[in-house]
Amino acid sequence: MDNNLLKEELIRISGAKPVKCMSCGKCSATCPAYEQMEYHPHQFVNMIANGDIEPLLNSKSIYKCLTCFACVDRCPRGVEPAKLVEAVRLVSVRKQGNNHLTANDIPQLLDEEIPQQALVSAFRKYTK
Amino acid sequence: MQRIGVFVCWCGSNIAGTVDVKAVAEALKNEPGVVYSANYQYMCSQAGQNMIIEAVKEHKLTGIVVCSCSPRMHEATFRKTAEAAGLNPYMVEIANIREQCSWVHKDMATGTEKAIILGKAAVAKVNLNAPLTPGESPVTKRALVIGGGIAGIQTALDIAEAGFPVDIVEKNPTIGGKMAQLDKTFPTLDCAACILTPKMVDVAQHEKIRIFSYSEVEDVTGFVGNFDVKIKKRARFVKEDVCTGCGACVEKCPMKKIPNEFNLGMNNRTAIYIPFAQAVPKVATIDANACNMIKNGKCGICSKVCTAGAIDYTQKDEIISEKYGAIVVATGFNPISMDKFDEFAYNQSKDVITSLEFERLTNAAGPTAGKLLRPSDLEHPHTIVFVQCVGSRCASCAEKGKEYCSKICCMYTAKHAMLTRDKYPDTEVYVFYIDVRTPGKNFDEFYRRAVEEYGVKYIKGMVGKVSPEGKKLKVQASDLLNNKQIKIDADLVVLAAAIEPDKSARPLATKLTASMDTNDFFTEAHPKLRPVESPTAGVFLSGACQGPKDIPETVSQASAAAAKVIGLLVKDKLKGNPCVARSNELMCNGCSSCERVCPYGAITYEDKEFRMPDRTTKVRRIAKVNPAVCQGCGACTVACPSGAMDLQGFANNQIMAEVDAICK
Repeated sequence: MDNNLLKEELIRISGAKPVKCMSCGKCSATCPAYEQMEYHPHQFVNMIANGDIEPLLNSKSIYKCLTCFACVDRCPRGVEPAKLVEAVRLVSVRKQGNNHLTANDIPQLLDEEIPQQALVSAFRKYTK
Repeated sequence: MQRIGVFVCWCGSNIAGTVDVKAVAEALKNEPGVVYSANYQYMCSQAGQNMIIEAVKEHKLTGIVVCSCSPRMHEATFRKTAEAAGLNPYMVEIANIREQCSWVHKDMATGTEKAIILGKAAVAKVNLNAPLTPGESPVTKRALVIGGGIAGIQTALDIAEAGFPVDIVEKNPTIGGKMAQLDKTFPTLDCAACILTPKMVDVAQHEKIRIFSYSEVEDVTGFVGNFDVKIKKRARFVKEDVCTGCGACVEKCPMKKIPNEFNLGMNNRTAIYIPFAQAVPKVATIDANACNMIKNGKCGICSKVCTAGAIDYTQKDEIISEKYGAIVVATGFNPISMDKFDEFAYNQSKDVITSLEFERLTNAAGPTAGKLLRPSDLEHPHTIVFVQCVGSRCASCAEKGKEYCSKICCMYTAKHAMLTRDKYPDTEVYVFYIDVRTPGKNFDEFYRRAVEEYGVKYIKGMVGKVSPEGKKLKVQASDLLNNKQIKIDADLVVLAAAIEPDKSARPLATKLTASMDTNDFFTEAHPKLRPVESPTAGVFLSGACQGPKDIPETVSQASAAAAKVIGLLVKDKLKGNPCVARSNELMCNGCSSCERVCPYGAITYEDKEFRMPDRTTKVRRIAKVNPAVCQGCGACTVACPSGAMDLQGFANNQIMAEVDAICK
């Protein structure tokens, strides 16, 4: 897909606003998964803003993000980096054309130990 | 019947680019009352104005319509031109065919059509214009300065030097403000006290200046040149004129555990206290919330040790009424609360401090006598992390921070970092920045010196998390230029907290009917050309109450505000605006609707005797407008149910004539 179209799609899916970023790096400063990520939260924001998205799609970083939303909470500009990471993840999953989780699968997976948020996140991650 | 002249301006290509000015002049020629019509490249120029004067004489014009820019820009200019030609200045109407026409239209035909309509409306109005003469009001030659920080001090000194009496109202027991709490001042590093305290003494000794300390403005009425102000002088339980400031009471006071505001709570003071050694006035104040004698009548030691007999436990708040010609607001700023920034652990560790607290820690008169010791264990910190933009430029967190740049933090952080490295070269100093903003004379050089000569480590990135662990503060931050997340074990973390206007500013603005922006900074009359005046006549702005400012800028603005005040006070009489409301007493039924909507309190009622048709007399209650107070907003004309209230210069029939001309 054309880089600009891809960028538009990422922004549409995420509802996030990379253009508001003032490059302070607080997202990456606060990220608990930083060391495991090849591309870090601030790079996601910057690379998406520049339409440089292919490397992100092919990076394992999109599965290292914990979706803990610390970056969303701390960002002083309301950019919401975690939502952008999530959007790249979605685009990647959709590219593979597979549904990994449907609503019907969830009852069997329910476990008191698993936080609700993780399930919701997984549902969003693996479903069209 | 009026003899009206129409003058259409090209404004270079500003108007002529999208409006066919010749067609406009031609079309307006046939309007009722118009006897002359012309167009010219720059109507506001000397040549353009002469053209108007010539036309008035030659064609015996009684009214003028200028189709040009906004009346905000040149209405005053063309009124003067009319006056020079021997016309009443209020016989001029401006049709705004630039801002509201040529600048918003791209198509010549539409632009021209609209310009003609706007011109027709102005002609219709001038046909009904009547000459107006502004009233005059006297000027009280005394100024009030609200706030006794460096801004208020400088403004007061400058006004007093010009020979006018000035009163300073300061809510704290002493003047001096934030500058008195600072250690050194950038970019020359002279000590704040050394340059401020002599000015405070000048204020105290100046025969034209009175200081109302521990006081607040209670009520403001009146208008430019004639303000009536009530000042509440809070009871300090010490007779100001008797106390010598010897400090014997402070020494003996048994209530010694009250957080000291002057040192931002980093040490304690007594219930009777003098904020700092150089306080002006140097008079003790009893904190009524802490004093045992005042709370339950048990103690009275201070009154026993006071040889001057200055203690008076029965003192009451006092209201002082005074008249002023001008009011200067200099209410200053405060750092914002760090309570909501959990990520920096400000409330979890005593060793996470704000920059203002750091000032007190390095100040020779501060809680550590100028030694840089960490608050938790009074040990020398070896690794210090400074974090900039804490709460500034924060667009997504209105409940936590501020959207604007606080402007002063880059420079004071560079100062703190530099001074620390200078005094304690064994200290590692990190500064985390998003952008370093140092515009200003010798400012960028100053910041570079911190990096190049003093070896301060500037790191591009933000701190994401501070967690106290044992004696250390674990700082996790971004190093964006090296694309790394770094972790530093710090001994002290200093937060450059955003600054906000003082909390007293908002209620004060209401009392002054002065406007504010959404951040509670006072609005200036024009952001570029009238930066020290409030849109409310007679109210002036000095210092950080108008926007974040450093000391050099504050002092410049303070002197500028003083110049404006002096310009007002030297006048014996002020010419008012004649476009004010007037009540037709024959139509007024005394219902009070207008009085209730008037935001300026300009309307009063009087009982007047009227002769009735049957030769009896009858007393009726009628509205009366004080033309000096009325600002011509027109709210009363809309509220009046009997149509008795009308606005001179903007009368109902004039407005209707304009509307008719547009709709025709």
